[in-house]
Amino acid sequence: MGKSVEAKDLNIYYGSFLAVEGVNMTIKPKTVTALIGPSGCGKSTFLRSINRMHENIPGARVEGRLELDGQDLYGANVDPVGVRRQIGMVFQRPNPFPTMSIYDNVIAGMKLNNKKASKSELDDTVERSLRGANLWNEVKDRLEKPGSGLSGGQQQRLCIARAIAVRPDVLLMDEPCSALDPISTLAIEDLINELKNDYTIVIVTHNMQQAARVSDFTGFFNIEGTGKPGKLVELDETKTIFSQPKQKATEDYVSGRFG
Amino acid sequence: MTGTGLEAPASTTPAVLRRKGSLPRWAPLGILAATAVVMAGVAAATGSGVGLWAFLTAVVYAVATYTTSRVVEGARKAADRLVTVIVTGAFVLAMVPLVSVLWTVIAQGWERFDVTFFTNSMRGIVGEGGGALHAIQGTLIITGLAAAMSIPVGVLTAIYLVEYGSNSKLSRAITFFVDVMTGIPSIVAGLFAYALFTLLLGPGVRFGFVGAVALTVLMIPIVVRSTEEMLKIVPNELREAAFALGVPKWRTILKVVIPTTAGGIATGITLAIARVIGETAPLLVTVGLATGVNLNPFDSRMATLPVFSYYSYATPGVPRDPFLDRAWTAALVLMLIVMILNVVARLISRYFSPKTR
Ligand SMILES: Nc1ncnc2c1ncn2[C@@H]1O[C@H](COP(=O)(O)OP(=O)(O)OP(=O)(O)O)[C@@H](O)[C@H]1O
Ligand SMILES: [Mg+2]
Repeated sequence: MGKSVEAKDLNIYYGSFLAVEGVNMTIKPKTVTALIGPSGCGKSTFLRSINRMHENIPGARVEGRLELDGQDLYGANVDPVGVRRQIGMVFQRPNPFPTMSIYDNVIAGMKLNNKKASKSELDDTVERSLRGANLWNEVKDRLEKPGSGLSGGQQQRLCIARAIAVRPDVLLMDEPCSALDPISTLAIEDLINELKNDYTIVIVTHNMQQAARVSDFTGFFNIEGTGKPGKLVELDETKTIFSQPKQKATEDYVSGRFG
Repeated sequence: MTGTGLEAPASTTPAVLRRKGSLPRWAPLGILAATAVVMAGVAAATGSGVGLWAFLTAVVYAVATYTTSRVVEGARKAADRLVTVIVTGAFVLAMVPLVSVLWTVIAQGWERFDVTFFTNSMRGIVGEGGGALHAIQGTLIITGLAAAMSIPVGVLTAIYLVEYGSNSKLSRAITFFVDVMTGIPSIVAGLFAYALFTLLLGPGVRFGFVGAVALTVLMIPIVVRSTEEMLKIVPNELREAAFALGVPKWRTILKVVIPTTAGGIATGITLAIARVIGETAPLLVTVGLATGVNLNPFDSRMATLPVFSYYSYATPGVPRDPFLDRAWTAALVLMLIVMILNVVARLISRYFSPKTR
């Protein structure tokens, strides 16, 4: 578990619109990489191209290379479904399955794929994942209740539990805390710190303190103007980005002098 | 003016916030009763009927409520009350024919709502007695066949349109033709099925399956439309959540999208069945009528409740009354079947609908 991700000259399109251009990025295994940048610069687009969710949008496509531990993810014989089994994702808004109980939500990845597993195996997975997502103590007495009956923050942690239950190599998070209160946010940040022992994590955030707190590396995306493609301006160790970035644009952005 | 104990003293409340007087709780009913009584007097004096009385009461009541409220409570409250009266009036108006039909059918159909009606056919019956067992069975068989054909086709079409079509030319064409099909008069559907089987099997063929095909033509567009609407309201986030877990698209549709909205789909299907189960014209053309039980939809004519009811009423024998009674009871049974279907749909949708507690 915990593989490296490498993007080489990645161009990402929506139809004929080039949304993200020329990304070269290496993400080391078992690290947390934060992606920051102004709204509309293509952070989500880049993130969704890593697990090939991007191509679900009609007309959307990708050029260039994206590798998981050296394996080309966009190769001709690569199944996007297989890619998504190795690269999990947590969305900005919590989206538990409304027809499923908390228990079933956690093992949704196995259940929906008809994986055969014994009851005790499933129980173990549920407990391990919920503990991993810091949710076990809050829900252990009501695992049969629907997942949509939880609070927003609990639902988001349930979604994280669901994502780690299938033991992916990489975990992508798109603004996972933007709908949460400070306490839930802290809980999730703690969780990210623990998760990086096992997983490679890429997190998009608008909160610079959060990027500084949780990440080892930070990538800054920027866009020159509307209609222009977003670009990766700089990727470096988080403390370098926040103290002495090489690019002027990065410095302006992290110090709040943007635009 | 009292209540929460939080209001500031009246003198310091700014004009915008200040509440005007309010009518007591019983005011609407009181005004209605008074209007009704006064109008009853007017109607009696002028010798006009119940219809005119109800109409006058409604109009005068609306005016009276508005003026009273306007004087006591101010313009905004008055408008609110006026609209409430109009909305309630529309509701009552809509209920009048419904209740009237229900009442008539129950009252007239009650006479023969007995065990014989459900256990006997019309074989060898010329006057009293007899029943509609054969017609009940025929209706269930033909509608069942129609449902068995149109539900898979309709649901799968809707799935194609919503999940795979993504606004392609083909999907837009399908949507267009489905809309056109919705408007087909039922007799045309009947003639279509009749013509089709005449071409296939020679002239004059009439059997249950032909009727089922006619009903299928009517049912498919309804099923497609309702299922499509239901699938569209499943949030895209749920599909993405499943995709992100490495679930293939077909499994996502089967195990996430459809269960999430199963209740709605089931309701739509039940309403579609309820819509076609009472069809008379196409069955008249394609299936005809029989006096005895025929359980084979692929051979010879078959009785159905609507056609049975129609023939008993339109061409009664001598004496007339037993035929008319049976016609009404057949209508009552048909209505009960539709009602049971609706209850079933509710139960299904309650069972499937996502729970939050
Ligand atoms: N489904 C789509 N179809 C077409 N264009 C899109 C689509 N989604 C995003 N875009 C465009 O791609 C560009 C990048 O969008 P993206 O959502 O990746 O930005 P972002 O950096 O995640 O912004 P934010 O911080 O606001 O979430 C924007 O110009 C946006 O308008
Ligand atoms: Mg985004």
